[in-house]
Amino acid sequence: MATAYNLKRADFIFRNENDWEKILSRTLQRDKQELINELISSELKGRGGAGFPTGLKWKLASEAVSDQKYVICNADEGEPGTFKDREILTRVPFKVLAAMSICGYIIGCNTGIIYLRGEYKFLKSELEKAIKEFEYYCKEIHFDFNIQIFMGSGAYICGEETALMESMEGMRGEPRNKPPFPTGSGYMGKPTVINNVETLAHTFTIFKYGSKKFYDLGVQFSRGTKLFSVSGDTPKPGIYELELGMSLSDFVDEFGDGDTKAVQVGGASGFLVPRKRFNETAIGFKGKLSGISLPTGGSMMLFNSTRSMYNLLDNYLEFFREESCGQCTPCRVGCQQLLIGIKAVKSGAKPAGYLDKLLKLTETMQYTAKCGLGQSVANSFSSIVENFREEMIY
Amino acid sequence: MHQTTELVHELAEKYGRSRENLLPILQGVVEKERYLSEGSMINIARELDLSAAEVYGTATFYSFLEYKKMGQFVIRVCKTITCSMKGKNQILLTIQDMLKIGVGETTQDKKFSLLETNCLGWCHKAPAMLINDEIYTELTPEKVREILSDYMKK
Repeated sequence: MATAYNLKRADFIFRNENDWEKILSRTLQRDKQELINELISSELKGRGGAGFPTGLKWKLASEAVSDQKYVICNADEGEPGTFKDREILTRVPFKVLAAMSICGYIIGCNTGIIYLRGEYKFLKSELEKAIKEFEYYCKEIHFDFNIQIFMGSGAYICGEETALMESMEGMRGEPRNKPPFPTGSGYMGKPTVINNVETLAHTFTIFKYGSKKFYDLGVQFSRGTKLFSVSGDTPKPGIYELELGMSLSDFVDEFGDGDTKAVQVGGASGFLVPRKRFNETAIGFKGKLSGISLPTGGSMMLFNSTRSMYNLLDNYLEFFREESCGQCTPCRVGCQQLLIGIKAVKSGAKPAGYLDKLLKLTETMQYTAKCGLGQSVANSFSSIVENFREEMIY
Repeated sequence: MHQTTELVHELAEKYGRSRENLLPILQGVVEKERYLSEGSMINIARELDLSAAEVYGTATFYSFLEYKKMGQFVIRVCKTITCSMKGKNQILLTIQDMLKIGVGETTQDKKFSLLETNCLGWCHKAPAMLINDEIYTELTPEKVREILSDYMKK
């Protein structure tokens, strides 16, 4: 058993934001170091999926010396099964804007940029209105901060932070080598804090209620709440804010349709968990939870027993093949070969044992691909092929 | 052709001529002309003092920057897993049946182009499609027929 923690609902992110002006002006009067400490002690980790400690990120950027720094809000939400960021930007945009400007105050910069994915262009005009109102208030309290929107143009890989910066600089969205990390050399080579929309919204909660309130939620190493985008074979698809650390069986009890065969945790780049492992799987960052703990960007897709796991894998691989930026060979060639490979096994052109060769290929990709996209193809591939091998063959 | 030159010039004036303004300019051309013609890319290269290959290389990276001639309304049907499970194929068939075009094609009157696209972020309201920048969700064949009929009158 992973944890005894039950599924607990919470309501912070979408709680009304009418007090953002008060919270903003109050926070801007506090000491910068104190704010960083507040964030560090909350143990907030990035909510885009990678889980880097947010307080540390801001601290590093604040210590970097430069004439110009940037705050970027990553709204290039492209992971299949994720749709929370759009909801945040639609319903509580001022929380995100305020959080960006607080970050700007802490690290010492006056420029914020929202990288909005091309698929969400219909949000742009409303968001611009909010920004105008926000900047007007900033002027009123004599705080110099401006925010722009940069539109993406339909590339999944641009959700990767350095690819996003390449894209903003007018290049192909190809990830950079790390280090240097963005906090030292990011957009235009300047120190940059780049956070997911949801992460920024959480920092607002922390500055509003204090870090203790946030820290008390969730479990060790996975503090606080998280938005989950629930879709697939479920009677109640939608967005739910839950405390981290719940067991997957609890989640399925709540959201499943009674016939859940498997859950894809973390989108196409995440893991497929079959029914027999629901009990031992917990949702949270890797840490002390016994059993398996799966981090997630919040994508939870449920599949019932009518769904073919072969079709699932086929769909994911086609997705990766199209979205691979093509820069590094393991990912570019690997994604293509995996797709060709499973089709060949399915049609009988290759023996079943060929699947093991493909599994080895994903292992190679995991070690050698340059960025998270190529490395994470192995996650869904191996979890699907190992658990549903017979479906891949017959 | 002349129009394109002017448009590119206007956009360059508006956004600026450094490399980081390339994407907004490309997007501006696509918004007006629905695609990037060879001529427009050469124009952009001239305005920004880049090689045309650089502009082409960047533009073709992004799936929303079309470089083939597109119709007035570009339909993008989501094909990623949830939409695909919840009836994307029927939606596609309905559209193909109404417009008499396949995926990747444009109608004779240059009004509609049909494309498939990766996750649009509406999995909880699948299946979904974009027509230019407008989103349509929880589609059924009937709903698609209604939506397209409205567009046909435009």
